[in-house]
Amino acid sequence: MASSYDYEDSSSSRYAASDAGYDPSFVPDSVKTFVVHLYRHIREKNVYEIHQMYEGGFHRLSDRMFRDTPWPPVEAIAPFVDNDHVFCLLYREMWFRHLYARLSPTARQRVESWDNYCSLFGVVLHGVVNMQLPNQWLWDMVDEFVYQFQSYCQYRAKLMNKTEEELQLLRQNDQAWNVYGVLNYLQALVEKSMIIQILEREKEGLEQFTSTDGYDYEGGSNVLKMLGYYSMIGLLRVHCLLGDYHTGLKCLSPIDISQQGVYTIVIGSHISAIYHYGFANLMLRRYVDATREFNKILLYILKFKQYHEKSPQFDQILKKNEQMYALLAICLSLCPQAKLIEEKVSAQLKEKYGDKMLRMQRYDDEAYAVYDELFSYACPKFITPSAPLLEEPLINRNQDAYRLQLKLFLLEVKQQQLLSGLRIYLKLYSTISIGKLATYMESDEATLRSLLSTYKHKMHAVNNDGSIISNADLNFYIDEDIIHVVESKSEKRYGDYFLRQILTFEDIISKLDRVKFD
Amino acid sequence: MARDREASQSPQQQYTVEELVAVNPYNPDILTDLENYVNEQVTNQTYSLDANLCLLRFYQFEPERMNIQIVARILIKALMAMPAPDFGLCLYLIPEQVQMEEQFKTLIVLSHYLETARFRQFWDEAAKHRSLLEVIPGFEQAIQAYAIHILSLTYQKVPRPVLAEAINLEGPALDKTLEYQVANCGWVLEKGHGRDQLIVLPRNEFNHPELKKNTEDSMPLDHVAGIFPILG
Repeated sequence: MASSYDYEDSSSSRYAASDAGYDPSFVPDSVKTFVVHLYRHIREKNVYEIHQMYEGGFHRLSDRMFRDTPWPPVEAIAPFVDNDHVFCLLYREMWFRHLYARLSPTARQRVESWDNYCSLFGVVLHGVVNMQLPNQWLWDMVDEFVYQFQSYCQYRAKLMNKTEEELQLLRQNDQAWNVYGVLNYLQALVEKSMIIQILEREKEGLEQFTSTDGYDYEGGSNVLKMLGYYSMIGLLRVHCLLGDYHTGLKCLSPIDISQQGVYTIVIGSHISAIYHYGFANLMLRRYVDATREFNKILLYILKFKQYHEKSPQFDQILKKNEQMYALLAICLSLCPQAKLIEEKVSAQLKEKYGDKMLRMQRYDDEAYAVYDELFSYACPKFITPSAPLLEEPLINRNQDAYRLQLKLFLLEVKQQQLLSGLRIYLKLYSTISIGKLATYMESDEATLRSLLSTYKHKMHAVNNDGSIISNADLNFYIDEDIIHVVESKSEKRYGDYFLRQILTFEDIISKLDRVKFD
Repeated sequence: MARDREASQSPQQQYTVEELVAVNPYNPDILTDLENYVNEQVTNQTYSLDANLCLLRFYQFEPERMNIQIVARILIKALMAMPAPDFGLCLYLIPEQVQMEEQFKTLIVLSHYLETARFRQFWDEAAKHRSLLEVIPGFEQAIQAYAIHILSLTYQKVPRPVLAEAINLEGPALDKTLEYQVANCGWVLEKGHGRDQLIVLPRNEFNHPELKKNTEDSMPLDHVAGIFPILG
């Protein structure tokens, strides 16, 4: 997950080229060994070894030798790998990823990385690829591609401190990271891979995909297929960055995220899919859908994060974890659904956001400020996709997209601001006349009627097929002038609770059985 | 990357616009087709959110090609699609400085009144902007349908004045509508406790919560399956 490496673009900083005796094209023996082995494993289709080298070796070497310098350029290592064209593209993809993560890419490097992706995807789309690569790597490729696009849009929109040379480069390379290009590559990978048809056929039992984790055990290549699969998540993310939530969810729809699937194998892809799915649903006012999936993945991370402590993605996992708690706090404040939340997640949420959630229940400016704060912290890094106006006066537009989404979200919050007050009153009565409640709420009857209807409207989402689904935590109806509240008891899910206890107990018993007393 | 360019050259003969959008979601060559399609939706009283979002996307990517009149029409059609959140979905894609234009400010205010079920204010405001809204056939009827939808979520029995305000009809015009709804949609007229006539709205699970299926106690099989080995 390269999604939010939080560095600022300081385009003028170059890596330590001034160090005396530093030769960027020097290839240390360990690197030579690394590329030679990686090349051989790729040729031999040894996915296990490739994965070891990719996840382990590459990061170990980076930590040891390339903390703040780039890896040797591709020209320097090419002779050790028969100048293999595709291997060189793969190497450069990693080379740029390392550069983006640890250093600041220059304007030219950004463009070069785009060119490299074009060549790499070109080979996958139009050439014959018989490699097998680990899912992790293929996911990282799509994820990094979208990340670098996002980063470029941010970089391009900040015009104020650009040098004349940088502006010149922007003018010359108006095709680099062009939004049409990015979307069309992802879309082409989805289409060419036939992944949607594969998933359809799998439902009918005509194809294996999920059961083999997306690999082909017969020795065929998984590269195009998996790039296509992950591109659906990539498209969801790009559309979220653009504020097009409806289209984003549509791109993801071939993947059934209510089930385990190939997207859950690589934790980065799992988190990215659910984070963006949840966020898009939040913006579409489908709070229950968002809440349900956030709850599931947060529980998953809680259980399994210990296994990822050594992973290079660990920081990203933690960051997205925190962001999703913030989004969950927002969802639950707008639409209380305590029964959907697992105990453990609920405890974490209370610890992290208990205070803030109390404040969000109020209907004053302070509540507003908390919504603002949590949204700003947890939202994706929105982008402006159009090319900047490279004319004087040069201004920074990199915050525009974020500000628009924030403003519209807060407008929604404002429309719902009085609902939490209404809830508190409705919980106190089984029947009450509109006139009386209006007095209690220091309002008039017409306003209260509007508020009651607003509650109904906001708590009922429209499904894709046009049907109405209720997200309401509490039900009422009005008979002429009397409000009847139907208590939906916050029933505890005893069933699940007992099931868990039975399993835990069984576990203890079997452990006890194994204990032998001397 | 030139994808499916040949497809967009003579779309009328071979492809419907919906199909064009499905095949070319990121191909600006279909921009003009989509603009024409917006006008077609207005004239024929049809609606396609996907096509309109696709067009707004192209405007977002190439702001210099934006046609303000078309954007206004898309937004009005989106208002007419309420209770669906389409209006908001469109706004997410329209740059803030464009939203500052007078006609868009008006539409945003109108949407705000509808979202908060303040129908009196909505109709008053709408009356001030006839020229903007009248050119879209079916506008009033669509908003009335939305108002009725909201009332049926909220009320079992709604007093006549509340309904009258929500759908902006009075006297004989309202009587005629009521007559129609009684004959076709299962409405029933009743005498209320006060002076006002009451309208009994059709039962649904939202105004009769007892109709809602109670799924809370049920448990999916795969949860129970976990303890099968123990039970065995």
